[in-house]
Amino acid sequence: MLTDMLLLLPTTLIDGLVLGLIYASIALGYTMVYGVLGLINFAHSEVFMVGAIVAIEVLIYGLAGTGLHPLIQLVVAIAVGGLAAGFLAVAIERVAYRPLRVRNAPRLVPLITTIGVSLFLQDSVRFVESLFGQFIRPFPSFPFFNRQIVLSETVFISNRTLAIIVLAVTLLAGLYYMVHRTRLGKAMRAVALDQKTSQLMGINVNKVIATTFFIGGVAGGVAGVLYALQFGRMDPFSGFIPGIKAFTAAVLGGIGSVEGAVLGGVLLGILEVVLGTYIPMWTNNAIGTEYKDIIAFSILILILIFRPNGLVGRAYAEKV
Amino acid sequence: MTIETTKGPLLEVRDLHVYYGHVQALKGISFHVNEGEIVTLIGGNGAGKTTTLHTLSKLLTPRSGEILLGGQPIHKIDADEIVRTGITHVPEGRRIFSRLTVRENLEIGAYLLTSKTEITRRIEASFELFPRLRERERQYGGTLSGGEQQMLAIARALMLDPRIILLDEPSMGLSPLFVEKIFEIIQSVNKSGKTVVLVEQNALMALEIAHRGYVLQSGHVVMGGDADLLAKDPSVQSAYLGGEIAAAL
Repeated sequence: MLTDMLLLLPTTLIDGLVLGLIYASIALGYTMVYGVLGLINFAHSEVFMVGAIVAIEVLIYGLAGTGLHPLIQLVVAIAVGGLAAGFLAVAIERVAYRPLRVRNAPRLVPLITTIGVSLFLQDSVRFVESLFGQFIRPFPSFPFFNRQIVLSETVFISNRTLAIIVLAVTLLAGLYYMVHRTRLGKAMRAVALDQKTSQLMGINVNKVIATTFFIGGVAGGVAGVLYALQFGRMDPFSGFIPGIKAFTAAVLGGIGSVEGAVLGGVLLGILEVVLGTYIPMWTNNAIGTEYKDIIAFSILILILIFRPNGLVGRAYAEKV
Repeated sequence: MTIETTKGPLLEVRDLHVYYGHVQALKGISFHVNEGEIVTLIGGNGAGKTTTLHTLSKLLTPRSGEILLGGQPIHKIDADEIVRTGITHVPEGRRIFSRLTVRENLEIGAYLLTSKTEITRRIEASFELFPRLRERERQYGGTLSGGEQQMLAIARALMLDPRIILLDEPSMGLSPLFVEKIFEIIQSVNKSGKTVVLVEQNALMALEIAHRGYVLQSGHVVMGGDADLLAKDPSVQSAYLGGEIAAAL
C-alpha cells in the first residue's frame, strides 16, 4: 500500500495545488474587501459563479466553431467572464452596500445584505439560464485540455492542469504586485488603515473602494472560469461551497492579507485533495472521500485556535 | 484689537455652524487668516478647535456659513478635493498609516502627484528637513516614537507644497524636548512661506510663535487678536495659561 501511496503522491499534490490556487484567487476578493471595509462579502461566491457562467456562454455561443486555438478561446472567455464579474461586483457595492455605508448602518446590516444579495443572484441566474434550457452549464470539452504531458513514468500532467496553474499564478502575482508596488495599491492599503486620513491625502475613498470591488470581482470571476474548467461544469448554486471554502482560506491565512489568502488557499486545497485521496486508503474505505471536508476543517479549526489571527495575520491593534 | 491688513485675507471663515447629529459644535464662528501668518486657535476641551479644522478640510460639512480661500468659497467641495486647493491637514493624534513604511507614508502624502521623479525629489527634500525620517525610511510608521510620528505627519502634509497647513495639537503626548523641536519646525515651515493654522492645548507656546490668535469657548469665538496681546490678557491668562506661570514669564 505504501508504494501505491507514493505513486499517487505527485498527482495528488498537483491536484491539490490546482484547487488551492483557485481557492486563493477567490479568497483575494474576500480579503481585499474585508481589508478596506471590514465587510465579509458573502455575495462574492455568486460573483465567482457569474464569471464562470458568462465565460461558458461566451465559449458556447461566441467562440464555438471559430477554429481558434483552445488556449486563445480560454483566454478570451476568461477576459470576458472576469470583466463581467468585476462590473457585477462594482454594481453590487454601488446598489447594496454604499447606501448603507453613507448612512452609517451598524456593521451587522451590510453583512446580512451580502447574504441577501447572494441568494438574489443565485435565483436570478437560475431564472435567466432556465429561459434558455437547463441551468446547469457544462464546460465545453476541448480534447486539447485532456492531453497529458508525461513528466516521468508515473507522473503525468494535463494541459488543463498546466493552463490553470499558469493562469492562476499569473493572476496572483499580478495582484500581489498591484497591492504592494503601485500607487493604487498604496491607496488601497491606506484606505484599509484609515479612511478619514486617506481623504486628507486627496484620496477619493469611494473610488478606491469601488476599484477594490472591481479587482476582487475580476479575480473571483477568473477563478470561477478556472474552477469550471477543472470540474467541467457550473450552475447557479455551485458558487456557494467554493466560496465558503475560499472565505475559510482567507481567515486561515489572516483576513485582510493578500499573502495570507494565497497561503491559506493553497494549504486548504492541498489538505482537501490529499485527505480525500488517502483517508479512504488508510481506512479501507470505512471513511470515504466524502468526509474530507470534516477532517480538513477540523485541522483548520485547530490551527485557528493556536493562531487566531491567521497564519500571517496582524496580532496587534491598528488604531492608536 | 485685531489689526487688519489692507489686502484681503487668504482664508476667511464666516459665521460657521456645525452639528454632530443634533448637537451643535460650532455656533457661528468667524475668523480670518492672512497669507504668511501663524494663526492659533486656543481654548479648552470641547471648545470647537478640532471641529473647526475638520470643517476647514471638509471631514465635516457645515450646516451654514462660508469658508473662503482667496475670496473663493470652498465649503462645498469634498474632502479629497480640498487638498487640491492647497490646504493640507495634520490631524490630531498624527494618524500615521501604521502598516505603511515611512517612505510609503510620504508617498501617500504626495498621492495627487503623478511624476515619480518629482515625488522622489520631494521625499529627498523632506529627508533633508527631517534626517531622523531617513534613518527610519523602511520601518512601519507604527513603530516610530510619538515625536518621530509627528515629524512624519508634518512632512507628509508638506509633500504637496501646500499654501496653508492645518496643525491639530502637534505637541500632544510629546516629551518637552520634542515639543520644543516641533514648535521650531512649525516656525521654520512658516518662514519658508507657508501659512499655518495651529490648534493647541499648550496655549502659552502657541501664542509665543503665533502672529495672531483666537480664543474659542463652547463653539464661539470669544476673543481674537495679536498673539502678544492675547498672551497678556488677564482673562486668557487665568483661563488658559495657568495664571502664575504666565505672570512669571
